[in-house]
Amino acid sequence: MWDYSDKVKDYFFNPKNAGVLGEANAVGEVGAISCGDALKLMLKVDPETETIQDAKFQTFGCGSAIASSSALTELIIGKTLEEAVSITNQDIADFLGGLPPEKMHCSVMGYEALQAAIANFRGEEWHDDHEEGALVCKCFGVDEGVIERAIRMNKLTSIEQVTDYTKAGGGCLTCFDKLEELLAKVNGELVAEGLLAEHAAYRIGGSDAAELKAKAKAKKEAEKAPVREVAAQATSPIAPSSPLPPPSAGMTNLKKIRLIEEAIEELRPYLKKDGGDCELVDVDGNNVMVNLKGACMGCQMASVTISGIQERLIAKLGMPIRIIPVKNTH
Amino acid sequence: MRPVYLDNNATTRVDPVVVDAMLPFFTEQFGNPSSIHSFGASVGVSVKKARQQLQQLLGAEHDHEIIYTASGTEADNTAILSALEAMPGRDEIVTSAVEHPAVLALCQHLEKTGRAKVHYIGVDSLGRLDIEAYRNALSDKVALVTLMWANNETGTLFPVEGLAELAKEHGALFHTDAVQAVGKVPIVLKGSAIDMLSLSGHKLHAPKGIGALYVKRGTRFKPLLRGGHQERGRRAGTENAPGIIGLGKAAELAIEHMVDEQTRVKELRDRLEKAILQRIPNCFVNGDPRERLPNTSNIAFEYVEGEAILLHLTRQGIAASSGSACTSGSLEPSHVMKAMNVPFTAAHGSIRFSLSRDNVPEDVDQVIEALPKILEKLRELSPFWDGANKDPKDFKPVYA
Ligand code: FES
Repeated sequence: MWDYSDKVKDYFFNPKNAGVLGEANAVGEVGAISCGDALKLMLKVDPETETIQDAKFQTFGCGSAIASSSALTELIIGKTLEEAVSITNQDIADFLGGLPPEKMHCSVMGYEALQAAIANFRGEEWHDDHEEGALVCKCFGVDEGVIERAIRMNKLTSIEQVTDYTKAGGGCLTCFDKLEELLAKVNGELVAEGLLAEHAAYRIGGSDAAELKAKAKAKKEAEKAPVREVAAQATSPIAPSSPLPPPSAGMTNLKKIRLIEEAIEELRPYLKKDGGDCELVDVDGNNVMVNLKGACMGCQMASVTISGIQERLIAKLGMPIRIIPVKNTH
Repeated sequence: MRPVYLDNNATTRVDPVVVDAMLPFFTEQFGNPSSIHSFGASVGVSVKKARQQLQQLLGAEHDHEIIYTASGTEADNTAILSALEAMPGRDEIVTSAVEHPAVLALCQHLEKTGRAKVHYIGVDSLGRLDIEAYRNALSDKVALVTLMWANNETGTLFPVEGLAELAKEHGALFHTDAVQAVGKVPIVLKGSAIDMLSLSGHKLHAPKGIGALYVKRGTRFKPLLRGGHQERGRRAGTENAPGIIGLGKAAELAIEHMVDEQTRVKELRDRLEKAILQRIPNCFVNGDPRERLPNTSNIAFEYVEGEAILLHLTRQGIAASSGSACTSGSLEPSHVMKAMNVPFTAAHGSIRFSLSRDNVPEDVDQVIEALPKILEKLRELSPFWDGANKDPKDFKPVYA
């Protein structure tokens, strides 16, 4: 598992300001259950002074999502909206003594929720509304604005970093071209503003697109394998339901064979009902040779039948038994 | 607080009896089993015995059908690459969407490099193979069918013996990744249509770094590692004698404990599962309730994230694992949960408990005691929980 700082652990196990804030007058919601991350940030803002008097959160997410959300509330309570609006995701991560790189998206989620809540209070439109064309990564519902902000604020320079910080690109990677484009564009701006060294900036083609895409394609192929609903099978009586007798050491061969015969006799009506049958051929030590007939033979459920008989015998005899299907010798 | 280990599908504790059996082969019995002098020869005898112990566990006809490898992954890779090479004129592979990465990653690579066409057969919501799609994928172009015996995440069993017979009808080789099944369910390879089977020592109380590939006598085979004549030329490299001997001992113990695994361990698992389902609302079992490994229970908890549950469990001394994306560094839920179409509300919150013969009733009690409080706490934090149905009796998973 992740190497979390003590502070992350503390804020996870003892989250501060968790729950619903009844008197909230500013709410920011980001993420979705389908993406595995969601945060609802509720603020109580004094309308006169625009001071955040209270903040609470609810989050669906991993350890760092809970810790980040909790840290965020600590950071903003007592601040004015003016002060709060300039808090970055890096501030959240720093407050926690750092987050694993792959978990930086949790801090970005906190930042986004805060911006959304402030916009909500001010009656402004928060640009997280996926208007036409703004949604870049469909797998994780990440739009252009989130990606651009994350790149700019954290001076990201690789596709992998963009994924760590926003989750965009963490799935099928169909969004690769767009991610590259945004990364190159924002890096270009940062260079122009003197905030990023030119040699560090990302250029289109800077990561092996073919490699990444091929990987993504193979993954997608694997996933689009047909999924068919199979009607639930009625529970078969083959599986033993009663607890075992104690392991029967020193059982005579005759007794063993009798028990095996008995068990098979008990099962036959069920097998016959399915158009099959099972016959005892031989017993050799713990190996029980049976002849599966009719529908049981060669059918795709044969091994289920075998393991069912096996389980039944193990239960009955209290010793390891192997069922060996043998071809019809008669 | 007593540590409770319920992550045996990840790895098992090496049985002390196995350790004892191995120790002399690090010290006084250090010879190379392939040497003819007395230092090597006595080790060779022990290696032979170990091979027979494993043969017993697998119900194989001959001991030389077993090739030792360094891991289950190596065994899987060897089987797949060997089949492609040994079956000229055939370049298709049939596998499932829920295989272990040891199979899937190689298949994807072969596909990417144009060396094989791969059919990924889907599963239903219980993780059962789509038999019709499987039949349709089979043809005389298929070199190899590779399907797991038991799924590592859900424990769902594929009816491999029957599936192998279907593959035979088309002349394809049949390999099964039985890494999770060996030692937990009885296996008889003699008389079956299975050509190859992979297993891994550390999943059955032997050490890590030792695995094996069963290759039925008469099966066309091309080695992966070429070099010396070890393993009758089928896997070069000096034998890992202590590992082999440990695996042999572990196989012997697995036979002894098979009844325990099928009964006592299964009952513990069932008790754990039942108690969780009774006490915690909005959760359900992932996998086939009937055809499943006796030790595995994968439970989806709605509206919470798996890693968060695991962190709490860990703090209370309980080790389990999660199919949740956040634990693995990948962002999406496991490919198994996705293939099973487990709804997002639950896929992110899936926890796997996997038991072994080492577990005792107190372990289960400890989880039953801890888990409801953890879920309650985390769900209070969840923005999706408010509107959720809190009465477990009324709850039906969306796809049921
Ligand atoms: S669309 Fe971005 S990862 Fe799939």
